[in-house]
Amino acid sequence: MARDSLTGTRIRDRRSVAGIRQADLARQIGISASYLNLIEHNRRRIGGKLLINIAQALGVEPALLTEGAEAALISTLREAAADLGPNLAEVDRVEDFAGRYPGWSEVLVRAQRRLAGMERTIETLSDRLTHDPHLAASLHEVLSTAAAIRSTASILAETGEIEPEWRDRFHRNLNQDSRRLAESSKELVRYLDDSDSGEDQRGVPREEAEAFMAARGYHFAALETGGSTPEALIRAAPELTSQAARAIARGFLAQYVEDAARLPLRRIETAIADHGADLAALLPRIGVPLPVLLRRLATLPEGMLTGGAGAIVCDGSGSLLFRKPVAGFAMPRFGAPCPLWPVFTALSRPLVPVHRELVQVGRSSARFACTAIAWPEGEAGLEEDPLYRSVMLILPLPASDAAGDGHQQVGSSCRVCSRAACRARREPSILREEF
Amino acid sequence: MGRHVLLIEDEPNIIEAMRFLLVRDGWTVDTHSDGTDAVDVARAAQPDLVVLDMMLPGKSGMDILRELREIAEFANLPVLMLTARGQSRDREMAEKAGVSRFMTKPFSNAEVLTAVRDLVAQASR
Repeated sequence: MARDSLTGTRIRDRRSVAGIRQADLARQIGISASYLNLIEHNRRRIGGKLLINIAQALGVEPALLTEGAEAALISTLREAAADLGPNLAEVDRVEDFAGRYPGWSEVLVRAQRRLAGMERTIETLSDRLTHDPHLAASLHEVLSTAAAIRSTASILAETGEIEPEWRDRFHRNLNQDSRRLAESSKELVRYLDDSDSGEDQRGVPREEAEAFMAARGYHFAALETGGSTPEALIRAAPELTSQAARAIARGFLAQYVEDAARLPLRRIETAIADHGADLAALLPRIGVPLPVLLRRLATLPEGMLTGGAGAIVCDGSGSLLFRKPVAGFAMPRFGAPCPLWPVFTALSRPLVPVHRELVQVGRSSARFACTAIAWPEGEAGLEEDPLYRSVMLILPLPASDAAGDGHQQVGSSCRVCSRAACRARREPSILREEF
Repeated sequence: MGRHVLLIEDEPNIIEAMRFLLVRDGWTVDTHSDGTDAVDVARAAQPDLVVLDMMLPGKSGMDILRELREIAEFANLPVLMLTARGQSRDREMAEKAGVSRFMTKPFSNAEVLTAVRDLVAQASR
């Protein structure tokens, strides 16, 4: 039922909430109770002076009766229904539900938002706990110290007679361990805080290189104009503390310079002004191979592409070589991502573009247009197999009420994905009760 | 029933507390803090039970456990594993490797004592 045809339903609900009898309201606004009854059952359209009078009598704005729940409310209700599986809720009656029960709808919406937030937190923490050696060592330190304190304190509290020498020793140990626990807890909190800020560099070469690129918005204006060289940029980068990180950054920048030479910024800027991010229109106009175009689109100056763009590059093993995040599309920091991402599909059919519109399970209903292609990297010798790389450009799509319909659902990684019956599942998820 | 425990743990204050606890309960306790030669130490000590920390310098408790189980004389030796990682996957791995009991830190003294007594009693039956 259309939203504006539910005005009568909203009048009835507001009247009930206000505790006004139908006959009393009818009398107050000067119509018959039977006519008000028809209005309340959406059998008579209502507007103008009568609507204003009813709104005044109910103490609400007329718009609240005509427009009802906001589109965002309905959209989030749809998301909640989609997240929990098909056929669970009467999605075709969502507007009716939001109109009849605005309070309950708000409760559902808030619960949905909270759930999405908690899932993101679990995702991050699980990712770290499973794969982050620094965090594992920190937690081991904290828990081992807690174990020592608990054991020592129990001995002091529960053992009747302790020789003074032992008692003093245990007191010393307690003092020492409690200080250590305080320090290691602070260290752990600092570590987690730093990680949240997204600016941490903890000696993992690829993370250092990613921090270097992220700090510059993945765009290097000086390389576009020839005003600097990759080596000069690397030398001046405080983020790149290790040889390995510098080597990774050098590889990225070499590719950047090559791509910039094949597709200068001015040319792509003009084409985008005419076609936006429409790849089908851009590709023939620009006339460079698709991998070059995708990589260039991922490294444009901020603001040139509306909504921004994320990107992923992987090698033939599926290992991520480059990640440029985009809001709403989760990329696991450690471990393997969802194998349903087109960037991996493309590896099975090199040089053939793979285009999919995706929604990530358990997050928002945000949709992304993802285009991927795999290409052979370098020249293979006579007796060598070609080595492939794959790139995927991730473009956020405009929000739509129909979010989730007709789009491929993917996850970020199995461990935090709630799709139980997924044929690509590698390991159980921690988000579902059935596991 | 023998009453000889080998405690392989690198946290000095846990060693001290557990040694005190076990000695008070009538056990003879040997301690060792390095994973690298832990199996050799076990061979020399011939304990009735090993308390083994999961994260040790040199070699992990899991690897030590696997090596112990490959030695015929230690195939049925009770091993109580202590760990700060309580994830079910670690527990499954330890069970697969032949752990007798798996205990997560921080544990209570009573739990440890009960586990040590039970495991040695079961092994001597």
